[in-house]
Amino acid sequence: MDLSPHAGFVTPDPADLALILCVQDGLPLVARPFAAVGVQIGLSEDEVLARLTRLIKIGDIRRLGVVVRHHELGYRANAMVVWNISDARVTEVGRSIGQQPFVTLCYRRPRRPPRWPYNLFCMIHGHDRDEVTRNLDHLVETCHLEAIPHALLFSKRRFKQRGARYGEPIVTPPIRHDNPLRPAAG
Amino acid sequence: MSAAGAPKGNSGHRALNELEKRLLNDFQDGFPLSPRPFAVMAERLGTSEQAVISALEGLQQDGLVSRVGPVFRPNRVGASTLAAMSVPPERLDAVAALVSSFPEVNHNYEREHEINLWFVATATDRERLAEVLSEIGRRTELEVLDLPMVEDYFINLGFPLQWT
Repeated sequence: MDLSPHAGFVTPDPADLALILCVQDGLPLVARPFAAVGVQIGLSEDEVLARLTRLIKIGDIRRLGVVVRHHELGYRANAMVVWNISDARVTEVGRSIGQQPFVTLCYRRPRRPPRWPYNLFCMIHGHDRDEVTRNLDHLVETCHLEAIPHALLFSKRRFKQRGARYGEPIVTPPIRHDNPLRPAAG
Repeated sequence: MSAAGAPKGNSGHRALNELEKRLLNDFQDGFPLSPRPFAVMAERLGTSEQAVISALEGLQQDGLVSRVGPVFRPNRVGASTLAAMSVPPERLDAVAALVSSFPEVNHNYEREHEINLWFVATATDRERLAEVLSEIGRRTELEVLDLPMVEDYFINLGFPLQWT
């Protein structure tokens, strides 16, 4: 297995890249958002839909939908839980942790000895600290992690949170004749 | 479910109506790939296209929704990493502000640990990412741990919300 951190990285083709940059901050909340996106990057509505469908199918887009802000929805506590698991077991344990409903992220990352001994990271959300701790207890029990060294890093202050940005949108002059921002008549 | 009465105690967030709750919970994935997606959603929710659009605008304005759009697989369309620093407490505000000032930084948190500042940076490629981390290290004279993802074990999609 290739364990280099960016083994999966491939540069998308130019139209996909333009599309990604255009939608990274969210779709416009208009009746025909895909047509509106197409106008900005010089693609038809059908082509925008086809490209997004493909990006979802191949997994480059993991999900498409409403991205909620947990903190604002009352999930005031979150903790990053980090584990030091033998390389032989990390994939098996990581998959098992990643399936728990209250876990929102689960990644393997490199250790940085001597300062940082942990190689598996997951994020647990809860309405308060007690709920996060209960979820962690449940996780330890369900995934049989009693013997695995771990640390719980509650978040204290959030200095910045927004979606990832891959670069500035590439804006192409509109070439369409109809007005896709309006709902189709009939 | 506490439909009546404002949320109390720990939750300073505003009360949500049934349409908003369903939009928040049922559409974290599977946004309709149809020319008029909000009309498709409206049909499933028994309301109008305009009501769906207005409700999403409201949720976005109030900060409950960050966006309606894609979540990309890490390191497929760009390069990203989790970075961490051990910052002396008296310097934390200033160092955090410097880190947040980079447009490449999208998440930046203080966490309860000796390594107390944790941030995610994303760029178009690995070279730019390395530049950002080394620039932060140079300007703060602190060590920046670079912890890029090696493998992704995340299985479930979206996050089931519980209305308490």
